[in-house]
Amino acid sequence: MYKNDIYEILENRILAKDVYKMILKGETKYIKAPGQFINLKINGCYLRRPISISDYDENTITIIYKIFGKGTEIMSKMNIGEKIDILTGLGNGFDTSLSGQTPLLIAGGVGVPPMYRLCKELLKDGKKPIVVLGFNSKEDAFYEDEFKNLGAEVYVSTADGSYGTKGFVTDVIRNLKDYTYYYACGPMPMLKAVYDIVQTDGELSFEERMGCGFGACMGCSIQTTEGTKRVCKEGPVFRKEEIIW
Amino acid sequence: MVKDLSVTLSGVKLDNPIIPASGTFGFGYEFADFYDINCLGSISLKGTTKDERYGNKLPRIAECERGLINSIGLQNPGIDKVISEELPKIRKVFKKPLIANISGFSIEEYVHNCEKIDKEEQIEIIELNISCPNVNHGGMAFGTSPEAAKEVTEAVKKVTTKPLYVKLTPNVTNIAEIAKACEQGGADGIVLINTLLGMRINLKTRKPVIANKMGGFSGPAIFPVALRMVYQVYEAVNIPIIGVGGIEKAEDVIEMMLAGATAVEIGAANLVNPYACKEIIEELPKVMEKYKIEKLTDIIGKAH
Ligand SMILES: Cc1cc2nc3c(=O)[nH]c(=O)nc-3n(C[C@H](O)[C@H](O)[C@H](O)COP(=O)(O)OP(=O)(O)OC[C@H]3O[C@@H](n4cnc5c(N)ncnc54)[C@H](O)[C@@H]3O)c2cc1C
Ligand SMILES: Cc1cc2nc3c(=O)[nH]c(=O)nc-3n(C[C@H](O)[C@H](O)[C@H](O)COP(=O)(O)O)c2cc1C
Ligand code: FES
Repeated sequence: MYKNDIYEILENRILAKDVYKMILKGETKYIKAPGQFINLKINGCYLRRPISISDYDENTITIIYKIFGKGTEIMSKMNIGEKIDILTGLGNGFDTSLSGQTPLLIAGGVGVPPMYRLCKELLKDGKKPIVVLGFNSKEDAFYEDEFKNLGAEVYVSTADGSYGTKGFVTDVIRNLKDYTYYYACGPMPMLKAVYDIVQTDGELSFEERMGCGFGACMGCSIQTTEGTKRVCKEGPVFRKEEIIW
Repeated sequence: MVKDLSVTLSGVKLDNPIIPASGTFGFGYEFADFYDINCLGSISLKGTTKDERYGNKLPRIAECERGLINSIGLQNPGIDKVISEELPKIRKVFKKPLIANISGFSIEEYVHNCEKIDKEEQIEIIELNISCPNVNHGGMAFGTSPEAAKEVTEAVKKVTTKPLYVKLTPNVTNIAEIAKACEQGGADGIVLINTLLGMRINLKTRKPVIANKMGGFSGPAIFPVALRMVYQVYEAVNIPIIGVGGIEKAEDVIEMMLAGATAVEIGAANLVNPYACKEIIEELPKVMEKYKIEKLTDIIGKAH
């Protein structure tokens, strides 16, 4: 059986423009795979806010979020020691067994967070992940060093060319070869571009507005080649061949 | 003193009046991952149509100050799969009476679906949803005219043996008139309210948040509207009422029963707190103690 829990904020600090890293102390036993998400009850917001799990250990969960609207703004002002009601271990997550020896991890903006745990697990399995991160500008960039410190090969692109390769993640990927599989998370146009140019098999993580986050309301259902699926339950990660654009 | 929470809906005895509302509890078994759902009085299953439906375009959800707007559009696997696939799954984890929520786009479809579901043993009440604001042609159209409401109720009543409860939309000028028409058509009970038609606009994009532009508004913000309608309908009909709309705590249940509800359904609250129904059931005896209530049935309609 499954339980929501109260988590305590251990850390809540800025990483890049409008991007924050929050470490939460509490139960983590329901988390099963990288790419799963948690759903946070924020005081002052009626619906919960879904945020990917970036990393976790026996008693802490790390998330990275960007101020987008009301809820994430409130989160950014929360103090160490404050408590949050959270549902954890939601969604399916990435399938690390399909990665092959040198998988590409492709992420844009706040699609970057779940890739951190994924990268860690792939490295632990003896794989050689290649990480491609895309941001709008240098001031938006985060976590390049963290991925490097794990021991991964890392490339960064910025749309305005202020850091790394000028352009999009796909401009980096064009010059890479011999990768075996891909994992992607980021804004919809990025996912579509990746889907179109990367030839290997892969899986992509989607976002959708959610009523519940655990499969009860059908608010997040998308059509796939295997029928209707809920982004919050059968997703947020879908295999390339399931996707209908 | 042990409190008596049991209530009876047209001969169907429930251990307590707490029923998750249609569309907010899937086909029930999702919630078995959270707690033992056998603590519930019953469950109203997801609105079911004849054919499988994907539903409306995304986004289908918009947050509001004290609630949400949904425009699911009756996504469901269709009556045959509900019977062959969903009911066996819920049967495994829930041993109590179930309520089927039946939708349609024509009288023939309502009749077809109700006739089929009527044969399912665990379905002890049929809830006729003539109030969905999220589908064109049908849905709410049957619930906004007394004549149409009566006609569909009569037609379904002819082919069913189980108690028939008609679920009404609040998007009308005279709710009592519609409820009376259903009673005349043979309804065994009334369920109200479904969602209020509402909308939100995204300030950044200057476009409606919901792809379908409008959707059904529910959650704690609508409680006073639901309560008022239950109160009005209680004075108009002599059949039991299931009160729905904005309930999120045990006090709301007592208030709804004082207005005239025999049982209540909990909708949006399940989405933001999956334990909502369980917590309300656990709180009820304490709140009853506070307000000196021994038996819940003693307070039904006592505000009149
Ligand atoms: C599975 C999943 C994982 C996510 N992981 C992250 C992450 O790791 N880091 C991060 O910064 N963001 C992530 N997001 C996006 C994040 O959920 C939204 O940015 C956030 O909900 C916005 O809330 P708000 O109150 O600030 O914005 P508002 O615009 O005020 O929110 C209004 C409503 O819209 C919803 N909403 C708005 N944007 C989105 C969106 N993109 N996706 C889903 N719902 C949205 C909100 O949840 C809320 O219900 C994820 C989304 C999903 C679905
Ligand atoms: C996501 C969602 C889906 C719903 N689907 C249905 C449905 O299929 N059939 C139905 O009769 N009512 C449906 N409803 C309406 C609820 O059952 C209930 O009548 C309404 O939400 C008011 O209660 P609440 O304020 O407690 O949510 C739905 C409501 C929500 C929020
Ligand atoms: S958000 Fe409710 S089913 Fe996915």
